[in-house]
Amino acid sequence: MSLRRVLALAFKEFLQVWRDPRSLSVALLMPLMQMVLLGYGVSLDIRRVPLCVEDQENSAASHALVQDFIASGWFAITAALQDEAALRTAMDRGQCIAAMVIPVDFSRVLDDTGQATVQTIFDATDTNTTNIAIGYAQGVIQLASADFAARWAGSHGTPLARVGVVDFEPRVWFNEGLDSGNFIIPGVVAVILALVGAQLTSLTISREWERGTMEQLISTPVQPLELMLGKLVPYFAIGLFDAAFCLAAAIFWFRVPFLGSVATLAVTTSLFTFVVLGIGYLISVRIRSQVGASQVALVLTMLPTTLLSGYTFPIDQMPAAIRALTFIVYPRYYVSILRAVFLKGSGVVELAFPMLALSLYAAFIIWVAARAFRKSLD
Amino acid sequence: MLGRLRVMLMKEFLELRRDRWAMFRLVVPLLVQLFAFGYAATFTVSHVSTAILDLDQSSLSRALISHFTATSIFDVVDVATDQREITRDLNQGTAALAIVIHSGFAADFNNGREAPLQVIVDGTNSNTALIALGYASQIVSIFQSDETTQVLPASAGAGAPQRGERAGDPAAPGTITLSLADQPWFNPGLNDRWFFIPGIIGTLVLVQIVGLTAFAVVREREVGTLEQILVSPISSFEFILGKTIPFFLIGLADVALIGVVGVLWFGVPFVGNPFLMLLGASLFLLGVLGLGLLLSTFSRTQQQAFALNFFLLNPFFILSGFAFPIAAMPPFLQWFTYLNPLRYFLVVIRSLFLKGVGFYDLWPQFLAMFLLGAGALAISVMRFSKSLD
Repeated sequence: MSLRRVLALAFKEFLQVWRDPRSLSVALLMPLMQMVLLGYGVSLDIRRVPLCVEDQENSAASHALVQDFIASGWFAITAALQDEAALRTAMDRGQCIAAMVIPVDFSRVLDDTGQATVQTIFDATDTNTTNIAIGYAQGVIQLASADFAARWAGSHGTPLARVGVVDFEPRVWFNEGLDSGNFIIPGVVAVILALVGAQLTSLTISREWERGTMEQLISTPVQPLELMLGKLVPYFAIGLFDAAFCLAAAIFWFRVPFLGSVATLAVTTSLFTFVVLGIGYLISVRIRSQVGASQVALVLTMLPTTLLSGYTFPIDQMPAAIRALTFIVYPRYYVSILRAVFLKGSGVVELAFPMLALSLYAAFIIWVAARAFRKSLD
Repeated sequence: MLGRLRVMLMKEFLELRRDRWAMFRLVVPLLVQLFAFGYAATFTVSHVSTAILDLDQSSLSRALISHFTATSIFDVVDVATDQREITRDLNQGTAALAIVIHSGFAADFNNGREAPLQVIVDGTNSNTALIALGYASQIVSIFQSDETTQVLPASAGAGAPQRGERAGDPAAPGTITLSLADQPWFNPGLNDRWFFIPGIIGTLVLVQIVGLTAFAVVREREVGTLEQILVSPISSFEFILGKTIPFFLIGLADVALIGVVGVLWFGVPFVGNPFLMLLGASLFLLGVLGLGLLLSTFSRTQQQAFALNFFLLNPFFILSGFAFPIAAMPPFLQWFTYLNPLRYFLVVIRSLFLKGVGFYDLWPQFLAMFLLGAGALAISVMRFSKSLD
């Protein structure tokens, strides 16, 4: 291993990147645009669930209940319905995700028995939104129960029979506002880096083949490992710049709370960038045509990264076979590292497992790269 | 014109048939992605790792805990003995949720006071946390009503003097409780796959057909056969028609293939009208092909087409409502989604699979897809005619 040869190669590669401003600007601008688009787009927070109301009773009590739903801020009334047929149409057309039916004897039953059931119908096509909306409705109904009890006590002049009440106190740690951006945006950084990084290096060797400069490269005394390191240096700089930019956007623009240390972030990000670029390089060594190489890079990175890295779909909910598969999806480790560093302030000690996994990947890449590149023309 | 078109189509199909790997390359990635998506894409919340700290150790607190453990939603991973252990569990991620019952819980509850129950959730995954909290509050309200109905008949009799305040009004109810009877329509089991599998059809078709179309046209240009076609009497409109019809048919076959696998393998119901599906898929493909062609007119080399495609795919995927609800996006991004044919097709395909709605409910989507497709195709033809001169 000669440092001089590595540096010479790095300088050559750097010049090549520098003299191709179009590609360079794509490499720098693409993460920027993706970050803006995805940072805003990947939200799971339905704040105001569109709600249709079919109020069959139209009484003070039923109005109070509807008012409780509006006042919660979780629901927005989009339509007042007259009958079941209207309800069906509204649901079919997606006018509302939730519909509440207040029966015609609502307040009478409530007065007589103290119990009343409010029927809520959900358009469960989008299961996740439905789950969230049911949770919201549950919360509103509990508040409304307390409201009705207080009103009953007020109008009857007697306090209610005192049966114990479980006071449900939810506490949320690490992401108090349950803002899905805080959860997903660190993952978006990982996804962008994984996709862009592999594209950056997947063309380095195939370009030499297509331009016919491979013969010249082979005739130099360069060793396989030196070639890889030299080739990676300029892209490593670009990758780190992209990473710094995306992370800064996450922290300062999207305001994801950042509790960890910059040093931890720098170490883990460098490790991940190396792995990403290394994978792209290996693809490039194996596949000679530029189009082929970048297509393979896309297929190998796009699907696993968006689907199996855990950045939106929680890994622990996947079937066991798929979960086992995620262990080879290297972005999963960086996603979990970023999340822990951002929201929990984890340090290197807590992150030992994902860092070890990434290091193994890096070692594997170096091992393969040293063997994969044969100095022959066929 | 029909004769020339037929010749052009024959050439395209011949090329496809001579490529022995074509079938393989078209079908295998599609199926791999379908199965990966079908199994991995889920927002289901179940088996949440739960730590429990019961400082009350009463029969009531145990009853509450058994309400939690009776479901498959919460898996107890740690029965803690003090608050510090709970903190550690959450910090290390051993547990995602903790239930803390303070001492005096049963005494408070039985004496008609508010009995605090603390539920701490790791908000790192905000979505799981939100849904898990919803489940927890549901369990608590079931527990509440279970305990109340157990208590009330006794108090209606002679005993339980501590609840005697209600004696003044014999008709008075013991408590006022509103409860929620939720009915999820269209997907009563709230099965995630029913939501994602129809969406996968649209997504995979978009990814595959845009790429194929863009590459096919740019390849002619790069290999140099475009000139040969340009000197033939074929018009740019015929050329585009000849180029796109094969991919249109492949796209329809994709929709059928994934749809059948979705219904037979993943058990997603299809309650809609197959002809509406055909119409919707055709209009969607119009938009997809238009997009692919438009992309190809902006690229000189396959490499550029690839970069452009790569650059656009993620936004089209994210800004479609496939996984992230459009209603949750900021307004300026919602405007972007109107330009995305996938957005409309997802509404159509989900409505047809799960709701079984009719044409009258879907025509705005059909119209939007038609306009987008026609617009993209018109621009592509115009840009092509220019490159002919």
